[in-house]
Amino acid sequence: MPQLLKDKRVIDDAWTLVDTDSQSLPDGDILLTYSQWQTFSEQLESHSGQIGVVIEGNAEIEDIIEPLLKLPLIAINFPKFADGRGFSLATLLRERYNFNGEIRAVGGFIRDQLYLLCRCGFNAFKFPEDTDLSEAAKSLEDFSETYQVSADQEKPLFRRR
Amino acid sequence: MYRYDNYDHKIVNERVEQFRDQTQRYLAGEIADEEFLPLRLQNGLYVQRLAPMLRIAVPYGMLSSAQVRKLAHISRVYDKGYVHFTTRQNIQLNWPALEEVPDILAELAEVEMHAIQTSGNCIRNTTTDQFAGVAKDEIEDPRPWCELIRQWSTLHPEFAFLPRKFKIAVCGSNEDRAAFLLHDIGLQLVKNDDGELGFEVFVGGGLGRTPIIGSSIRKFLPKQHLLSYLDAILRVYNRFGNRDNKYKARIKILVKAWTPEVFAQRVEEEWEHIKDGPSTLTDSEFARVKSFFPLPEYKVIDGADSAKKLAATADSNIAFSRWLDRNTELQKQSGYRSVTLSLKPAGVAPGDVTDKQLETIADLADRYSFGELRATHNQNVVLTDVIESDLFELWQQAKESGLATPNIGTINDMICCPGGDYCSLANAKSIPVAEAIQRKFSDLDYVYDLGDLELNISGCMNACGHHHIGHIGILGVDKKGKEWYQIQLGGSANKNASLGKVLGPSLSRDQITDGIEKLLDVYVENRIADESFLNTYQRIGIEKFKERVYAPAT
Repeated sequence: MPQLLKDKRVIDDAWTLVDTDSQSLPDGDILLTYSQWQTFSEQLESHSGQIGVVIEGNAEIEDIIEPLLKLPLIAINFPKFADGRGFSLATLLRERYNFNGEIRAVGGFIRDQLYLLCRCGFNAFKFPEDTDLSEAAKSLEDFSETYQVSADQEKPLFRRR
Repeated sequence: MYRYDNYDHKIVNERVEQFRDQTQRYLAGEIADEEFLPLRLQNGLYVQRLAPMLRIAVPYGMLSSAQVRKLAHISRVYDKGYVHFTTRQNIQLNWPALEEVPDILAELAEVEMHAIQTSGNCIRNTTTDQFAGVAKDEIEDPRPWCELIRQWSTLHPEFAFLPRKFKIAVCGSNEDRAAFLLHDIGLQLVKNDDGELGFEVFVGGGLGRTPIIGSSIRKFLPKQHLLSYLDAILRVYNRFGNRDNKYKARIKILVKAWTPEVFAQRVEEEWEHIKDGPSTLTDSEFARVKSFFPLPEYKVIDGADSAKKLAATADSNIAFSRWLDRNTELQKQSGYRSVTLSLKPAGVAPGDVTDKQLETIADLADRYSFGELRATHNQNVVLTDVIESDLFELWQQAKESGLATPNIGTINDMICCPGGDYCSLANAKSIPVAEAIQRKFSDLDYVYDLGDLELNISGCMNACGHHHIGHIGILGVDKKGKEWYQIQLGGSANKNASLGKVLGPSLSRDQITDGIEKLLDVYVENRIADESFLNTYQRIGIEKFKERVYAPAT
């Protein structure tokens, strides 16, 4: 079974990413793009597994987010690791929309971003299959203190020091 | 100045270890080049034409003598015995070895310094007035605000991968000495009608390929909201700034495309959600940060008596008198002056100093300036709070070390980027042009007669040498593999900031100093009374200058 780094642990990843050209839905827990989620809306009503949606960094989430907040998983795609829009989207999901489900980073992000991603509210990380996940997980612990407010720190340092 | 507590130490030390690990993994082939690139850039490490270049952060230009001694030591042990002061009030090492950079960072951390976010597409070092705290025209000392911004921006989780680099400047005085209108965010400290302190917020200024003067998006931001408002601006930029084309990725392009009014509205909408949240600054935090910038224990000095004695010393020594005139500034504290140590003697790359000179600077700061000094965006060093009766002695010691060239604010005090001698982006060399100009205009009487004149040189359109805002700007361009130089006139970085206009076709390296001389001739012939070069240009326009420079040889 494919693996995933979630809540700082390496676990089995039971979710299936639905192919972009798929005409039907696989069984079990499935992850679809936002447009697939719209296309398959009828089938999804009777789907037995869990459902998650992948959104792109450039999504104007204000317009689409409301129905997604009920899902157990929202994944944010990084077209490349230097594209930092996903950091703001995760922050908004946690801080503005109070989303408590899993926020999963998918796509081109890299290990050295883990600490910052985690601070912005990501709690799951889908790396390429050949990645040594327990090695990568070390980067989650790069810092033990921080100045700013963030999804995982509700008080800035100046209110704690 | 600000001193680290255990929290600051911990964060900086952990950053050193993080980078040490990244460097080791890179050298072991575990991190690809393109992934290591932003990681090293976010720690100030470039790979340049000849060697890596490490840019060390000097937050808002403030340095202690202990830090300067450490820099001297580092330059000796890890580099070739000199460092370079940059136009962002930072310091660069030109020849460090990649393998040794983690050790350099560890040494810096010992004296509360780092290289965090001195490069890369993230929030860079915040800059301000080199005369902060002592300027006669000061509304409020900008340094505590710069420090609050430093902490907020350091390793900010949301804004480490912006569309492009991001620069903030704070102006606390009536005169602008920080070029704050040419920053991604420019903050002007202001007081409202009720006497409350806050900021006028400007966005979208910048130099580079598309120079633009910043637009005001908020007339008055109460001080406690500073950080949440910055968060709102950065979030809008991070989400909607252009990421497809790096030349259109600065915030100025977004502000221009949306118009400042629409941009302001988007920021206000975003801010509504986070305003009054936990990032709202508290009175106790203001007090804590302010307490690091106390006024030194000034002696009570009879200003008139002190001025009289100083004038008498100056009368008896013309060289001292010239230096006093050009290189010192009155302060709001009577009997004290700020001294600018010139890093622009002819024959040395502007902003370069040796390890020995750094140690002299540290000694002078300890002896005359309460152990502190400031790097300026004009690439010089300022010692504040010098008692007037010590000036003669200070001048003699500075002179011995080549730090007292009496050229501050003159044509020879040019801003100049490292250019084609070092930088892999440059189209042309800039340092030899600076030197040729300094050699050509070496007659001090002539130079003083020209008065205040800002000449800025960039080796390419990225504009690190701020050529757009020089009264005379020189831009290196590449034409079929040859170095040419475009001249711009009329730029200015004060509160009525203006961008220079191109004079005409580029000149070759051989023609450039003669071209400058012709510009100066036109000025001298046309000026009225003690009118400055800039004012004369603004009055008579560009044509007369153009005619003279491009007149056929007779």
